[in-house]
Amino acid sequence: MAILIDETTRIIVQGFTGKIGSFHAQDMINYGSNVVGGITPGKGGQTHLGLPVFNTVKEAVRQVGAEASIIFVPPAFAADSIMEAADAGIKYCVAITDGIPTQDMMTVKNFLRRFPVEQRMILTGPNCAGTISPGRAMLGIMPGHIYMQGNVGIVGRSGTLGYEAADQMKRLNIGISTSVGIGGDPINGSSHRDILEKFEADPETKVVLMIGEIGGPQEVEAGIFAKEHMTKPVVAYIAGLTAPEGRRMGHAGAIISSAGESAAEKVAMLKELGVTICPTPAAMGETVAAVLAKL
Amino acid sequence: MDIHEYQAKEILSGYGVKIAEGGMAYSPEEAVQRARDIGGHIWAVKAQIHSGARGKAGGIKICKTHDEVEAAAEALLGKRLVTHQTGPAGKVCGRLYVEAGTDIAKELYFCFLVDRSSERIVMVGSAQGGMEIEELAENNPDAITKIYIEPAVGLQDYQAREMAFALGLEPELLSHAVKTIRGCYRALRELDVSMLEINPLVVTRSGELVALDAKMGFDDNALFRQQKISELRDKTQEDPREMAAADRGLSYVGLDGDIGCMINGAGLAMATMDMIKLAGGEPANFLDVGGGASAERTEKAFRLVLADKNVKAMLVNIFAGINRCDWIAEGVVEAVKKIDMKIPLIVRLSGTNVEEGRRIIAASGLPIITAETLAEAAEKAVQARNEAVAKETAQGA
Repeated sequence: MAILIDETTRIIVQGFTGKIGSFHAQDMINYGSNVVGGITPGKGGQTHLGLPVFNTVKEAVRQVGAEASIIFVPPAFAADSIMEAADAGIKYCVAITDGIPTQDMMTVKNFLRRFPVEQRMILTGPNCAGTISPGRAMLGIMPGHIYMQGNVGIVGRSGTLGYEAADQMKRLNIGISTSVGIGGDPINGSSHRDILEKFEADPETKVVLMIGEIGGPQEVEAGIFAKEHMTKPVVAYIAGLTAPEGRRMGHAGAIISSAGESAAEKVAMLKELGVTICPTPAAMGETVAAVLAKL
Repeated sequence: MDIHEYQAKEILSGYGVKIAEGGMAYSPEEAVQRARDIGGHIWAVKAQIHSGARGKAGGIKICKTHDEVEAAAEALLGKRLVTHQTGPAGKVCGRLYVEAGTDIAKELYFCFLVDRSSERIVMVGSAQGGMEIEELAENNPDAITKIYIEPAVGLQDYQAREMAFALGLEPELLSHAVKTIRGCYRALRELDVSMLEINPLVVTRSGELVALDAKMGFDDNALFRQQKISELRDKTQEDPREMAAADRGLSYVGLDGDIGCMINGAGLAMATMDMIKLAGGEPANFLDVGGGASAERTEKAFRLVLADKNVKAMLVNIFAGINRCDWIAEGVVEAVKKIDMKIPLIVRLSGTNVEEGRRIIAASGLPIITAETLAEAAEKAVQARNEAVAKETAQGA
């Protein structure tokens, strides 16, 4: 099962013929993802990496049945590309682009809400490493080989910290159903809570590891969801114990700007909600292993 | 990106927000001249630094004579002001804003900000102005009114009126209040403002609504389309190391500890710093070198970390995804040789081509301490730092 993507998912790449788009499209193909084409406006009809290029997402949906898309379009144009995908009937979209203006993301989210829930495109990112269902499909820029297939779901804001978690788990022979990067921006497509909901519904996923960080309300909202609606255990690590208030720690959204946004406060609230906390970032693997052992 | 009060006021004034008459000064003489130009008998001399709570830090002086203006300007220019927002290092005041004194009848709080939970712009107001909103939220949350703006249609007049009444404004001020609130909202939308705070917004004894202070923050991601706003950047208000890093495409935040860090990815960087702290040390900085850590970038990052003289040991933690550990290792070895590094260096590599990366470090013959895991890396870094400090102390004695 896994969530969001598997080996059958028909994938297109928006920003296909650019340097970054080409590199990662090839990497996804090598991993075994079912990439069926790409979009570069004005280059429709050409062939790139042995696959068809389309002018619009609608053409790709009509002609090759595209279901999922990945966006490598520069920040100034990325919001437009996301909305194009949603309007064309793409079901799942990953936005890799870092640096999309916040107001553009507000417009995107508002645009998405206009679709009835059952027709609404799921968006993850922007500013993320993408999503991988190990052994099945990769829709992202991560090193696929570090992920082992299994039954732990991962949702996190950071790319490399997600790799660290996957690596710690692999060393303990623990595999992953799907790992989803929701990105480091203040307004993102899907929240931690949205992804927990999907893992709860996935029969293959037994435990979820949530990797959060300072800033924003999403980790605690996810904790409340876990307590009220989940049967599966949730393990969490919150990065940024040493982060000073009011300073942006790399990610646009990683800033403590109001009460409840520091790592210590989030950890305290999550504990109260019954979430198992990883005592250190080096113990993400062990903590998941201990929770799995109790099932 | 933040701007100064005087810049924010100039912008808002262009959007129909009323401000007191004022002018900029870079010297005491200029300050007196500004006071003369403005006229009247009372002036506020205000330090322009990127921080709120300037009043409490002694950054705002009320003067009744030109001599007092001169003395206030002399005291403030070049002074390092420390507020809870600037951190212990404070910020140096290099510019003053001299403003006509305002006859205050009532102080209000007003702001617009991006609410991450509802993913909307929210307008926040309180009839109890002057104090900081955090304080107010804690002591008297019922006194705060929040109105959410529907993104598809934007701010409506009825919402502005609702806010005006919540602020306790008299009916005579209603149309002026709506104009002020709408002006602020327009500025926010057109200029990619992420935070706009007027605290206090005052009602004067003559019955006017005036922005007595103004703070604006802009979305860094949107600066590419806000050329005029980008030009307002005051580099003296930002940490020079952070500016240097930004110019080199690196993300750096200076901290008070003594273990320097170079990591790829913001989340892993924060986690590594947490690990240092949990191992008993204190990180000297946050530094994300990003995905494509080339040899050149690695050297720049090393120089940046080592420019902080407090640094007693340095930890490199790279999880190679797109890039490869062997490339990183070559970059590190080259940087250490070139810089002639004197302090202990701990390197932890993981991910793509890790074996080859470790071989390169080992073969370099340099005294680089290596670690396999995150925990081991942090422990070794703290140990190396402690040994370095003990050695220094012994030499000192």
